[in-house]
Amino acid sequence: MSVVARWAREAKLDDPTRLELYSKLSEIRQFEQRAYDLFLQNLVAGTSHLSLGQEAVAAGFAQAMRDDDFTFCTYRGHAHTLVRGASMTGLMAELLGRSNGILAGKGGSMHLTSVENYAMGSYAIVGSHLPIAAGAAWAAQERGTGQVSVCFFGDGTTNIGAFHEALNLAAVWKLPVVFVCENNLYMEYTPIASVTAVEHPGADRAAAYGLESLIVDGNDVDEVYGIATTYLERARDGGGPALIEAKTYRKGGHSRADPAKYRPPQEVESWLARDPIILYRSRLLELGVEEKTLDDIDSEVLTAVDRATEEAKAAPPADEELIHADVWADGGSRWRN
Amino acid sequence: MAEKTLVQTIHDTLFDEMKRDDRVLVLGEDVGARGGVFRVTMGFLDEFGPERVIDTPLDECLIAGVSIGMAVDGLRPVAEMQFADFIFPAFNQIVQEAARIRYRSNGDFGCPLVIRTPYGGGVHGALYHSQSIEAFFAHVPGLKVVAPSAPEDAKGMLIQAIEDEDPVIFLEHKKCYRSIKGEVPDDRYRTPFGKAVVRREGTDLTVVSYGLMHHYAVEAAERLAGDGIDTEVIDLRSIYPLDMETVLGSVGKTSKVMIVYEDNKFLGAGAEVAAQIAERALFELDAPVVRIGGAHIPAMPYAGSLESAFLPTADTLEQEIRKLAEY
Repeated sequence: MSVVARWAREAKLDDPTRLELYSKLSEIRQFEQRAYDLFLQNLVAGTSHLSLGQEAVAAGFAQAMRDDDFTFCTYRGHAHTLVRGASMTGLMAELLGRSNGILAGKGGSMHLTSVENYAMGSYAIVGSHLPIAAGAAWAAQERGTGQVSVCFFGDGTTNIGAFHEALNLAAVWKLPVVFVCENNLYMEYTPIASVTAVEHPGADRAAAYGLESLIVDGNDVDEVYGIATTYLERARDGGGPALIEAKTYRKGGHSRADPAKYRPPQEVESWLARDPIILYRSRLLELGVEEKTLDDIDSEVLTAVDRATEEAKAAPPADEELIHADVWADGGSRWRN
Repeated sequence: MAEKTLVQTIHDTLFDEMKRDDRVLVLGEDVGARGGVFRVTMGFLDEFGPERVIDTPLDECLIAGVSIGMAVDGLRPVAEMQFADFIFPAFNQIVQEAARIRYRSNGDFGCPLVIRTPYGGGVHGALYHSQSIEAFFAHVPGLKVVAPSAPEDAKGMLIQAIEDEDPVIFLEHKKCYRSIKGEVPDDRYRTPFGKAVVRREGTDLTVVSYGLMHHYAVEAAERLAGDGIDTEVIDLRSIYPLDMETVLGSVGKTSKVMIVYEDNKFLGAGAEVAAQIAERALFELDAPVVRIGGAHIPAMPYAGSLESAFLPTADTLEQEIRKLAEY
């Protein structure tokens, strides 16, 4: 166990922080489950990628981030956008292609963005957002805002050129950016180990850019929060970038069309036994938190998810007129001399 | 002769070609154990083994670059880009390297490479799973760009692509994969590139199209036949090389022409067709050339309502064809 991980486990977090972490986990879990139910009812079109099983990474980082720190994430981005404070109704409505969606129906599941919450977009092209996150960090450094850019991506990204390009530049320029590899062991349908030269696709590459090799238990929200706090602070204080590999696991498939039958049953079983919500709930109970307190959080979240679902379903489909809106800075689509 | 879907035809043809020629191999993301996200290479790994059915890292630049290396060294790689929208990290390899190897080596060696990729919209794929990419690549001399819309053509053109001595971008419309069925001959045949096909003969006007839009054009033409509008419908099948002779022959007969494509209208493949008609047949025309294309916006939006507003439909085409016929 790394020094940081040990710190996290032994840390005496105050109760409100712990409950906020639990609340974030619960929000993601219940939002994603509802999203899945809505797929099954054919209310969500196209494809979608859920964070069920990976909640602790998004929750731990969001808890540690300053309100104006940047989030850059991937097409598996519901969780990361939600925990930055984006409107739950807006997100749900976006999945349903409704006019009250957070992007008015233009983006859908894979492209969620909430600039007012500094959630700078979910990127559907693997690797695309790493240089962008580095650029935002450079701007923050240049302007002296103290903001840190946090960039989430999957294990598959570590084999694409843009990953290496961004890490190198971030290290050379000592940028305030924290790269977070969510290693769920599968690059879509292919085991990451079968296409990668090293055991730890993120951490084992860190040395090439003069960075520490950092691995965290991505299913343990305390540990994620601990390592996030440490390296966000370091980046904010001019200590430069970090690359953190969070080991985690999808509860289900890559996308909604994928039953994930290719995963060995023992592997699935051992990971699901370490479900981040169950894990954290039992820890809080051990620490003396009342069961009722946690149940109340869950039911408050459920009420919010229900409300978001109803408000999304009640709204009309995205307005066809919008198709030509916002192509150019004047809000329109006409090209002028 | 058997009736097959487009995706089944591509699967069967590729399978047979790999059986026939052990220089042919497939590589791409999830093409092996998964059989591809659209299942084009389903069962290939069991039949041909991991040396010829290669699960690569998620890195399109690498997929293209490695394929080029295999091709120049005597193999016949058929690379898959999981979605056409993901091809852009490989743009440099394809445009700067694959397209130029023959030219810059003064003909000493070429790059017999096929890049297959699902493209096009209408499946709620939103901004990064719906794009049409043909215009980017058809612009580059050294690349062939084909987009068969009928299963029979998909078979003949895939065989042609694999046997072709030059790099071929082989576009498969993902909405057609399972929605389009057709009779596919059992024998092995090649469908040459640069030959359009007149899918429906008519005398009043010509509609030139390819891909999903071709099926919509045929549907619209059939509906209008009842109203006495007799539409000739051409499937280009190949964007480059482009068969203008078939188009000009038809325009000479009907004197009115509409070009339909779902890519952005501005500088899309239809712009080239229209320009060549203007250059070579202007005085044959009884009406201005009409182009129907996708909306001029950066990408296809997600919501069903917005997606329909982007894509021309059989209804849109019916209205537009009627308008042109009455001009």
